[in-house]
Amino acid sequence: MTAPAIVADGVRKRYGDIQAVDGVSLRIEAGEFYGILGPNGAGKTTTLEIMEGVREPDEGRIELFGQSPWPRNLDLLTRIGVQFQASSFLDKMTTRETIRLFASFYRVGARQADAMLERVGLTEFAQVPADKLSGGQAQRLSIACGLVHDPEIVFLDEPTAGLDPQARRNLWDLLRDVNEEGRTVVLTTHYLDEAEVLCDRVSVMERGKVLRTGAPAALVRELDNMVRVSVESGLLTPDAMRDSLKDVGVVDATVEDDGVLLTVTTVAPGPVLSVLADRGALRGLEVRGATLEDVFLQLTGREYRS
Amino acid sequence: MSIEETTPRPAPTAPRESGSPAGPAGKGAGRGNPEKDRLNPVRELSRTMIMSVLRDKGTIFFLLIFPLLFLLLFGTLFKSDGTAHIKVAQVGPVEVLDSLTADQREQLSEAATITKVSDEKSALEKVREGDYDAMVKQQGGTVVLRYSAADQVKGASARATLNAVLEQANLAAADEPPTYTLQASQVEDASVEPIQYLTPGLMGWAIASSAVFSTALTLVTLRRKKILQRMRLSPIRTWEVVAARISMTLLMALAQTALFLAVATLPYFGLQLTGSWWLVIPLVMCGTLALMSLGLLIGSLTRTEESAGGLAQLLVLPMSFMSGSFFSLDNAPGWVQAVSYMMPLRYLVKGSEAVLSRGGGLADALPTMGGMLAFTAVVTALTLKFFRWNET
Repeated sequence: MTAPAIVADGVRKRYGDIQAVDGVSLRIEAGEFYGILGPNGAGKTTTLEIMEGVREPDEGRIELFGQSPWPRNLDLLTRIGVQFQASSFLDKMTTRETIRLFASFYRVGARQADAMLERVGLTEFAQVPADKLSGGQAQRLSIACGLVHDPEIVFLDEPTAGLDPQARRNLWDLLRDVNEEGRTVVLTTHYLDEAEVLCDRVSVMERGKVLRTGAPAALVRELDNMVRVSVESGLLTPDAMRDSLKDVGVVDATVEDDGVLLTVTTVAPGPVLSVLADRGALRGLEVRGATLEDVFLQLTGREYRS
Repeated sequence: MSIEETTPRPAPTAPRESGSPAGPAGKGAGRGNPEKDRLNPVRELSRTMIMSVLRDKGTIFFLLIFPLLFLLLFGTLFKSDGTAHIKVAQVGPVEVLDSLTADQREQLSEAATITKVSDEKSALEKVREGDYDAMVKQQGGTVVLRYSAADQVKGASARATLNAVLEQANLAAADEPPTYTLQASQVEDASVEPIQYLTPGLMGWAIASSAVFSTALTLVTLRRKKILQRMRLSPIRTWEVVAARISMTLLMALAQTALFLAVATLPYFGLQLTGSWWLVIPLVMCGTLALMSLGLLIGSLTRTEESAGGLAQLLVLPMSFMSGSFFSLDNAPGWVQAVSYMMPLRYLVKGSEAVLSRGGGLADALPTMGGMLAFTAVVTALTLKFFRWNET
């Protein structure tokens, strides 16, 4: 077994009355694409910052390649790359100047900086002021700034927050490539679909604690193959649906109508589908397996709100 | 039946073969492949900070043009006719004046015309009305000079002229060879041409504004935008960040100095630079460090650009007034002069004035520079107590 890239053991961090991180332990293997998942305020960012070495944990141990990132460890800093908030480029700086500035912090060559710009598809925007880039371009630039020195671990804090769907997908492709080069990627996200699509493993966090860690598919599978069946709203009232399901012996299903879709969540989709077929209520039929959203719902007992 | 696509994944705990601790493979330009074009962090960072100033027209205006406009305005308003020739009424016998040799009398006449009058009362009246610039008489061993406060320049000039004469007489009385001869130039140096104090004064104000404001604002902005924190997450050394900031601020201050001197020495304003005027360069550098340390303190104490700007204004404006930026401290009330000794800007202004136009040399500049560096050290030590890399 190879040495892990990151090990956290019983890490705690408190801000005043708020226990931001409450005993987090995890082990991230080298080359893994790892997601820290949870709603805002779950402690994801603080956990990430402790890993990066921005903050000192109150308790617990954190190691990257067997070394502590706190206090500031210059050797480790050359081996990790951190994406900074895309909204915070320096004023009046072009795209090329921005990446060259970050490259200089690592004493990287100008040519390598330009190559990284090319890599993230920003060469044609090299002379554009960085604060004039679109959301997706700005995110790509900020990721490029974190990658310019060829790090082994890349930390990304909510990399796709606020992006349109197309820009998100482009960024996912970039992040997948970064990971496939053998880099360990650790990202926080409150988008469950993002974690599901990108991550080898995720840790679901809530109120400073890790509730569950595993591959997204494995976490979903634990949910007894819960299935959501939805049809257009208005074909059948929820009450009528419940009655019909009771008639055929399905008792564990939940029925919701949000005005657009009538959704039945159940472990037995067969009888539900036949009820709908019998009642001629199949318009807009959609059947989905469980998602991380359901995992979250089950782990916390409450609806996921990002 | 599932409509959602699931991409096949490798087993979660099995790291891919390329993920060895040796680092990512498949990239040509990695570590251990030194390039000649490596970027230097100090140079890149100071260039960045200079660019952010040069590309902002508002900043350029307020830091460079605005103070220069004041020089144009004040310099024109207070422009004197150039000669500080004074008319003095002498009442009764005044030994030091009466005993001047013809040669000395000739030299004195370049600076002052002395007219003998008999009536003290009417002479005083004429001084009041401005017909004479001063009145002189002797009471026992004391020579009394009366002059009007209406024309400060002429008054100071009369005082300086008489002082020079007395000094010479005292030396002669001490049975020493008269090493001093009365020279018109001595009189001119002691007098105050407005451009002589306006140039160092307004220059000091300009430097103080840019050193305090932009240092404080930049620090707050870099911290608020988390760029400071991002720098901490790169292997850049703290001294490299500090060196970049200092070199940028010094360059700005020297550019301001050059601009002010270029304008003030135009024939229209007629600032005459004296011998060791170049000492203004190290003086400005030390003064800039002192003012910059104040900017860092303000930037460390505040969280938003608004509060940093407010606090900087609260400091810079009164400091400029009390340091002789807008008027000569020689004529300021005593308490202002007393307070001014606590302001680093006073030393920059007075030190620059001494070497620029009053013939001061290393002996004037060195203690001032030392004092300003000591001030820098004290304020910086204080700043370290409050400095934060990030907001929370």
